[in-house]
Amino acid sequence: MASSCRRPEHTAPPDVVSLSSRMIEIQTQMSERAVELLNLPEGQPCFLLDVGCGSGLSGDYLSEEGHYWVGVDISNAMLDVALDREVEGDLLLGDMGQGMPFRSGTFDGCISISALQWLCNADKKSHSPPKRLFTFFSTLYSSLTRGARAVFQLYPENSEQLELITSQAMKAGFSGGMVVDYPNSSKAKKFFLCLFAGVTGVLPKGLGSETSDRAVPNQVQYSGQRCRFKNMKGKSVKKGRDWIIEKKERRRRQGR
Amino acid sequence: MKLLTHNMLTSHVKGVTKGYPLLIKATEVKVNEVEFNPQFVSRMIPKLEWSALVQAAEEDLPGELVADYETNEEFLKKVHRILLEVEVLEGCLQCPESGREFPISRGIPNMLLNEDEA
Repeated sequence: MASSCRRPEHTAPPDVVSLSSRMIEIQTQMSERAVELLNLPEGQPCFLLDVGCGSGLSGDYLSEEGHYWVGVDISNAMLDVALDREVEGDLLLGDMGQGMPFRSGTFDGCISISALQWLCNADKKSHSPPKRLFTFFSTLYSSLTRGARAVFQLYPENSEQLELITSQAMKAGFSGGMVVDYPNSSKAKKFFLCLFAGVTGVLPKGLGSETSDRAVPNQVQYSGQRCRFKNMKGKSVKKGRDWIIEKKERRRRQGR
Repeated sequence: MKLLTHNMLTSHVKGVTKGYPLLIKATEVKVNEVEFNPQFVSRMIPKLEWSALVQAAEEDLPGELVADYETNEEFLKKVHRILLEVEVLEGCLQCPESGREFPISRGIPNMLLNEDEA
């Protein structure tokens, strides 16, 4: 499969997806951001669920952060790769649309990287996407502890799909919504569905918006992006790269 | 499959009301070395179904939780070993209500349901 393909679900069912190094890089960055959005208590090892864990790329990041995790995936092939890579999390072969097979209050949080959109495609005639989405979200909801979050990175196909996903999540009891990073960059734009179980929370701000608190981009950025972060006065933000360049230019003009 | 995961797993087959705990029928078990994190073990203990853990572990565990377990390092190390170091590689998990078996292969339980079970 071509590494530039952004819609793997259009070319093959979920159990035949392959990886490229670029995809690996992107997956890791998205895992980082998803964990950030989970807003877990600092310095505490947590018990997390990774839905659509695949070959364990996101899981590796969870382990790096000191967390323990269980991964669920429908692809035997991908899970075999995870085993060969000796991931630390426990793996389960399962179909998210059939429900999460866990006791209530099991997990402190859940992440899912590029997996949710698979639920929107009916691979078999008997599948009803809305029903599968609801089964997934309702069982996920009960498997989370009160106050836990579930963060899904996804590539929504269109607004109808996004609407369907969000409405089924709300029906299942979740609150929350979409967080969009870099909304003005078609290349860098990322969608994260951020859900709260049992409590109403404040939705985190997306990265790269004009009124964002993050003035200087962190490691999660792309070299092709020419996003400038300016404050309200139209000048570059202090200590940012642009500001330093402008200051040097100013001093040169002043003859210093 | 580690015993921590097993303690959380239930059968989610349609119509089953008491799909927990799943009975472990192991044909191959391995014991790994996993770094001991007393904070994590301590936090997990209240979440566990203790009787299910006692049943699953082939070791001697007290029938009921000891008081002050948080400060009892020997106890925590024992629980750590059972939860995170013991791994079922081959075998199956059996539903206590229906008898339906979920196979375990290479340490991965197959929880995929048939069309009529979902």
